[in-house]
This record gives sequence, C-alpha cells and structure tokens, in this order.
Amino acid sequence: MTQFPIQKIREDFPILQEKIRNKPLVYLDNAATCQKPAAVIEAMSHLYRHDYANVHRGVHTLSVRSTDLYEGAREKVRQFINARSHKEIVFVKGTTDAINLVAQSFGRAQIKAGDEILITAMEHHSNIVPWQILCQQIGAVLKVAPINQKGELQVEQFENLLSDKTRLVSVVHMSNALGTINPVKQLIDKAHARNIPVLLDGAQAIPHMRVDVQDLDCDFYAFSGHKLYAPTGIGVLYGKQELLEAMPPYQGGGDMIRKVTFEETEYNDLPYKFEAGTPAIAEAIVLGTAIDYLVDVGMDSVAAYEAELLAYATEQAHKIKGLRIIGEAENKGAILSFVLDNVHPHDIGTMLDSLGIAVRAGHHCAMPVMDFFQVPATARASFAMYNTVDEIDILMDGIKSLIEVFG
Amino acid sequence: MFDDLRDLYQEVIFDHNRNPRNFRVIEDADRTVEGFNPLCGDRLTLYIKLDGDKIVDASFQGSGCAISTASVSLMTEIIKGKTIDEAEELFEKFHEMTTGKDEDVQLEAMGKLAVLAGVREYPARVKCATLAWHTLDAALKNQETSISTE
Repeated sequence: MTQFPIQKIREDFPILQEKIRNKPLVYLDNAATCQKPAAVIEAMSHLYRHDYANVHRGVHTLSVRSTDLYEGAREKVRQFINARSHKEIVFVKGTTDAINLVAQSFGRAQIKAGDEILITAMEHHSNIVPWQILCQQIGAVLKVAPINQKGELQVEQFENLLSDKTRLVSVVHMSNALGTINPVKQLIDKAHARNIPVLLDGAQAIPHMRVDVQDLDCDFYAFSGHKLYAPTGIGVLYGKQELLEAMPPYQGGGDMIRKVTFEETEYNDLPYKFEAGTPAIAEAIVLGTAIDYLVDVGMDSVAAYEAELLAYATEQAHKIKGLRIIGEAENKGAILSFVLDNVHPHDIGTMLDSLGIAVRAGHHCAMPVMDFFQVPATARASFAMYNTVDEIDILMDGIKSLIEVFG
Repeated sequence: MFDDLRDLYQEVIFDHNRNPRNFRVIEDADRTVEGFNPLCGDRLTLYIKLDGDKIVDASFQGSGCAISTASVSLMTEIIKGKTIDEAEELFEKFHEMTTGKDEDVQLEAMGKLAVLAGVREYPARVKCATLAWHTLDAALKNQETSISTE
C-alpha cells in the first residue's frame, strides 16, 4: 500500500468506533452516503453556537459573518472543481435537485418538441426521470446509449445516437450501481463537435477523484455534499456562465430577485438567480469544511488509495466460487457490486449486517441496470478513503460463511 | 458465525428456500395475482385453484430472498384445504405476528408459520415475509391482478 495516513483518517471519523450488533462497524455503503469527519461535525456545531444568521439579508454582525462563511464555502467549491467564477457555482439540495434544475430551466427554454436528449443505460433514476418528465412536458425524445456486459458504455453507439436533433447529453461520470467511470472527456468532445452541451452527474465521482470542470470542459456538473463527507441537503450545480446567464430562473422567491413590484420582477445576478429562498446555510458552510479536509488529504492520494482497495477487493471476490461481479469496466471506481448463485442480495445484506458490515442490497435506484444484467438486485460494497484491506478481509470472510450457511 | 440471526433464519426457512414447495404454474387457476416488492425486486406470481369457497390448490413462481421464498412456499402448503374465510383469518394473524402489533399472537397456533415470527425484529425484512400474504389477500378478494408492497 502507498503511504496513506489511513490510521489518522480513521481516527478523524468518530462513527467508525461504533459497534454494530456487538461487532466493530465495517461501513461499506459509501455510495449511498458517507460518514462525516469530526471536523465537519464540529464545524456544524460551532457555526450554530457562534456564527449563525440568515445570509444576504441584514446589516447586523452575525448576518455578515454568516454571509461571509457561506460565500467563502462557494469559493472553496469553485477552487475544488476549478470553475472560472463563483457565479458558476449554484448551491442546490443535491445532485437530483441540480439535474431537475437543468431539466426545467435549460430544458424548457432550449429544448423543443421532437428534439432529443441523450443519456446512457447506466444512469441512476435521478438522471432518467427528470428527463422523462421534461420529455412529457414538451414532446422531446429520450435516447439511451447502450452498455456492454462489462458495464461499459458503448462509445461508438453513443456517437451514433448524437444527431442533429440532440439538444443535450446527460451522462453519469461514475456509475453508482456498477462503478464504471465513463470516458467523459471523449464523450464531451464528440458532443461539442456538434455543439451539444453536456451535463455530468458527478454524485459518485466527486469523492473519488480530482474533478476539473475546465479540463473536462463539461457544461454542467452536478454533485451532492453528503457523498463528499459533508451533510445532506446541500449540493452543487456547476454551469458555464454563458449557459446559466441565458437560463430562466428555476424557482421564484426571496434572494433570487433584485427588484419586485406586482407588475414585474428583476432577477438577481448569478448564482443567486437560482437560489430562491433561505438556503441550507450551515450545510453549505460545512461543505466547505469537508472540502478543506479532502484538499488536505489530497484527491490524488484518495484516488490512488481507493484504487488499491478496489483491486484487492476484486481479486479476493474472484476467488469466491458462486460470486459474480456486476460491473467489470476497465476504468472503475471503488464499488464492488455482486450477486451470489444461491443467496439473494437481501439475505446477503441482513447476514453481513449481523457481522457489523453495512452494504447496500437492492436495485440502487438503477432498475434499468438490473434489468440489463437480468438480476433483481445486487449486493454492493462501496468504499471510501477510510476503509481498509482488513475490512475487505472481514467482508470476504462474511460472504464465504454465508454461502456455507445457505448451502 | 451468524448466531444472532438464528431467530430470523431458522432451518425450516433454509429448507423452503432450497426446495420451495408448490413451485409450479396451475394452468387452470381461478385466481392469478402478481406480487411485487419494489424495494428489493422480489417478484412472485400466485396461482389459486378454488372449489366453491375452498382453496383446493395453490402454487407460485418467481424469485425472491430466502424469507420471501420460504414465506410463500409455506403459505401455499398451509392454505390448501382452507376456505377463503379461513385463509383470510390466517392472513390477519400472520400480519399481526410479523408486524408485532399484537404480542399475544399464539405462536403455537400459527404452526409452521411461526418460523417467520423472527422478522418482527427486522423491520427492513417484514415486507419480505408479508408479500406472499398480501398477494393472497388480493387473490382471494379477486380485485386486482397485481399488487405492490409500496
């Protein structure tokens, strides 16, 4: 293993000391949501104890302090994903909210009846349903680029589906059900050659790798705070400024306006135009704290360490007879989705839980992926930077034992 | 290794999971209803053959976890020979037993079905055990052709 301060990192996450059913917790459900470092937990508490008030409102000291922290967090996000301007960082509830914003604002303004939106067969429901809703509203057509048996996007087919009618491509950066990391730069190049903007669903990718929106040249990038060691209820929509400028507001309310009369309303500048109402102030500020923590560890170190975890887990999983890995892409993030010949994923989940191991059992909000692989569900172990090789051994021992019990 | 789970996964459950009873289609079934648990993807089709108000045959097809497979397998065994009213009464009792609302349910009176009482300690798994019975309820009431636990 590379020099990675795993012991220190584990100590930074208080919940990892919990006992579950009298066993040390082995938390392998990080793709659903990940645990929080003490720095984040304490920052939340500190804020409410010392610095909290509404933002962009009053002239009083606390409001100014809160606003500075809130905008400071926006700047941290900007730097973290290397956006050009803070105007391109819209705080939203999460990835789902971000995608719905683009669908309803960009989509309803720019996409017309008969136009096409292209997604892939490995999308999370949150990158399928908002487009289906939009298509029903305006009469557009949703196209789906297929995947292969390894769970990789069929890039040639994707290219063939780009047409003169395609108005938007929306693709997952890293699949939550399969772990596949898509060749997004290549996809963006192909789409841009036809002047088609691209949205990347970065919910899974963002905690696992360095994301540089200028290098990717994506037009939108959506992610959630809670998968990035921050609280729930906060997420980010990155959008290129010229696209965001041209988009109508998504929701109306306070903060997103400059001047309101009963006759007409003048909207606020970016990014506030898209932030109607009192935002998730504490959650946004603490997202900044989580980013500080990650920057300190270093995203490249995280990626390298997790790659080693995944390689080890995959190697061990291959040794288990009757275990089939779902999702074996060449380029893959730290997710091990699998099924067993004689044990249903739900039973795997309960059995492993009795050993203190938290995995997800189900369709992972990706029912079309389950249909493609002809399984009702999978068990999924998803890793974070605080997981260890020892925990993978505990997982594999648990799987071997439950296979025996089920006979 | 799985001592904590002995109440949930009793040997009878493993047995029915490995060798489900009445796992077949009844071609001339009087009632055919599909049950679906969208949470875990469990899916079953229940076939009921009636003679008047008496259940003379019951069978199922589908795939699910051990709890749901054992539950539907046991159910098809037990309801055979019962009247619709008797089966409905059993459904009520089973529901009480698995949701733990009535602590006084006499487990002895539940016969083999008592092996599923353990799910009440596992709220996430209750629906696995009750899917079969909700499907039966729909079949006996003859109202729907498919039901979902959500």
